[in-house]
Amino acid sequence: MSALEVRTYGPDEAKPRVGFFTDTSLCIGCKACEVACKEWNRVPESPVGFTGNSYDNSIDLGANRWRHVAFVEQRKELGADGVAANGLVEAASIEALVADTGLQTYQDGDGLRWLMASDVCKHCTHAACLEVCPTGALFRTEFDTVVVQQDICNGCGYCIPACPFGVLDQREGDGRAWKCTLCYDRLKDDKEPACAQACPTDSIQFGELSELRERADRRLEQLASAGLEGAQLYLADSSDGIGGAGAFFLLLDDPEVYGLPPDPVDTTRDVGESWAAVGAAALGLAAALVGSVLFGRRR
Amino acid sequence: MSAANGRAPASEPRSYHGQPVIKEPIWKPEIPWYLFLGGLGGASAGLAWLSELRGNDVLARRAWTGALIGTGLSPALLISDLGRPERFLYMLRMFKVTSPMSVGSWVLFVFGGASSAAGLDALLPGSAGPRRSRGRVLTTGFAGGAPPGARTPGLRPGHVRRHRHPPDRRRRFSGLLGRRSDSPSRGRRLLRLAARPARPAAALAGLPLATYTGALLAQTAVPVWHEARRELPALFAAGAAASAGAYATVLTPVEHAAAARRLALVGCAAELAVIPLMEHRLGELAEPYHQEAAAAYAQLARGLTVAGSLLLATRAGRSQPAAVAGGAMVLAGAACERWSVFKAGFQSARDPRYTVGPQRRRVDGGLTRGGSRRVVAAVGRAVGRSGSA
Repeated sequence: MSALEVRTYGPDEAKPRVGFFTDTSLCIGCKACEVACKEWNRVPESPVGFTGNSYDNSIDLGANRWRHVAFVEQRKELGADGVAANGLVEAASIEALVADTGLQTYQDGDGLRWLMASDVCKHCTHAACLEVCPTGALFRTEFDTVVVQQDICNGCGYCIPACPFGVLDQREGDGRAWKCTLCYDRLKDDKEPACAQACPTDSIQFGELSELRERADRRLEQLASAGLEGAQLYLADSSDGIGGAGAFFLLLDDPEVYGLPPDPVDTTRDVGESWAAVGAAALGLAAALVGSVLFGRRR
Repeated sequence: MSAANGRAPASEPRSYHGQPVIKEPIWKPEIPWYLFLGGLGGASAGLAWLSELRGNDVLARRAWTGALIGTGLSPALLISDLGRPERFLYMLRMFKVTSPMSVGSWVLFVFGGASSAAGLDALLPGSAGPRRSRGRVLTTGFAGGAPPGARTPGLRPGHVRRHRHPPDRRRRFSGLLGRRSDSPSRGRRLLRLAARPARPAAALAGLPLATYTGALLAQTAVPVWHEARRELPALFAAGAAASAGAYATVLTPVEHAAAARRLALVGCAAELAVIPLMEHRLGELAEPYHQEAAAAYAQLARGLTVAGSLLLATRAGRSQPAAVAGGAMVLAGAACERWSVFKAGFQSARDPRYTVGPQRRRVDGGLTRGGSRRVVAAVGRAVGRSGSA
């Protein structure tokens, strides 16, 4: 390599889009992902005490929590014949279901089920946080992930209410906004993110997005044909309000049960409407000013 | 179809242990005060420039002080709100139309420069003023003018006014021979030169400054802000007109303040008209405006605006104390209105019902497909929650 050669990024260096497929039917709520994330990314501690919300004492995603495990306890009434009401599968077949699908979220036949899910930044295709960031601190990487450049962020806080999932928050004493980087540093070394590597049940799967989506479709088919009617893929398609997510989920109930919005939207799609309203209001203000000052009596 | 899920369609939205879905903004009290002062400053610049064109210097000079207050305090408030105030200049790293905050930073930057030059020039002695060197004052031929028997000569339409500080052309060119003690300094002359284009520039930049804040709030996931994206800019424009008019009314002798009173009244009327429009659009989401702090501020705003504008409409043309009281009430009402909008946003962000409810109804009503899919893509893209039996 000659001394004059300049390093540029050619097409061979373009990276395929990567992401997470979080299959919540395999989650056992061990919180290894939360811990691994904190360890690798040196995320500060975030003590919140005892919430009483099942086994969830870390509450939500935020500046100091880039993975968060949700716990939902659902009491499902069993009918006299041992068949669960409300569309739940027959109690008798739960054992078979667990054997067939590796399902982790049922307690055998007693009508109680656990829903556990590890939440994370969705790395949206249309990311509102990135669109509203005035400094350009939030940017899209070569892996199509969304990352905050901490040397640029000036703590304006606009991304925080812009995120339809409530992922970002301001770190106290630091002033800047922080969130999951999808382990940008590890990606650059061809390593999988810390949470995915730590997950003992492969509930968190890392890989190329196109491959993950195919895998998720097969899993949904398996669970649906096994009788799990609530099973649904969340943010797996480019036709939703955020253009699909880099981190998508297989859920066993509606998203809001896990604290996820059922129809998240990147508000940028309405920015034209907002500016049109601003233009009309500015014209109205101009008319009011001209009308008040140039027309009418002087005193 | 939702029966497949065992959930009554009209039931209360479900949530995760009652936890919020989105984050509340982290913005501090600086922001509602900025919403108020940015509007006051922006509309004041327009009032000042137009008043100069009409030849009402008494009003114009006072309105310029309003623009200067907006220019001086707005950046201070915004910088103090930053998590890293020392990085405030990073706001001008780029220009992004998808980010109202980015656009607003540039608008404030332009407005700040223009209104500083225009306002300082108008207030410091030795002002050139617009068009004064030609000795004429712009009047509209088709309306207004003093009524017969007006007490203030010199304010008739088309009348050539004398200037308080007539420009002395000899002085202007004395610089070549060395500055005389009574000639304006080089800085003063530069300011005078800059003020000429700066006056209309400040008036123009004031328009987006007073209104973009509506888009600033609307381009978030906060339900009561985003769903009011068509009305918020109008509400803030109305508040800006009301506060600029009221501010000038307070400071200006009543015989010169008619235009300011009219502006304040137009603003108040628009404000009182837009609020029900916004609440109608919000529908169920208007609830936060009737609860907690947002409701208190909204009631205060309405009371102060109504009472203040009544005072302005009836007595403020004759009595200076009435003008001061009415103007102060309208100003306070406009500030309370911003606080009400600000607080309502936080309240709606805090409660998952306001996030989940409308979204769930959109999906269940078939308006959007939502974020979920229950059927395998290859089998068929049946939408939403159709049962997969």
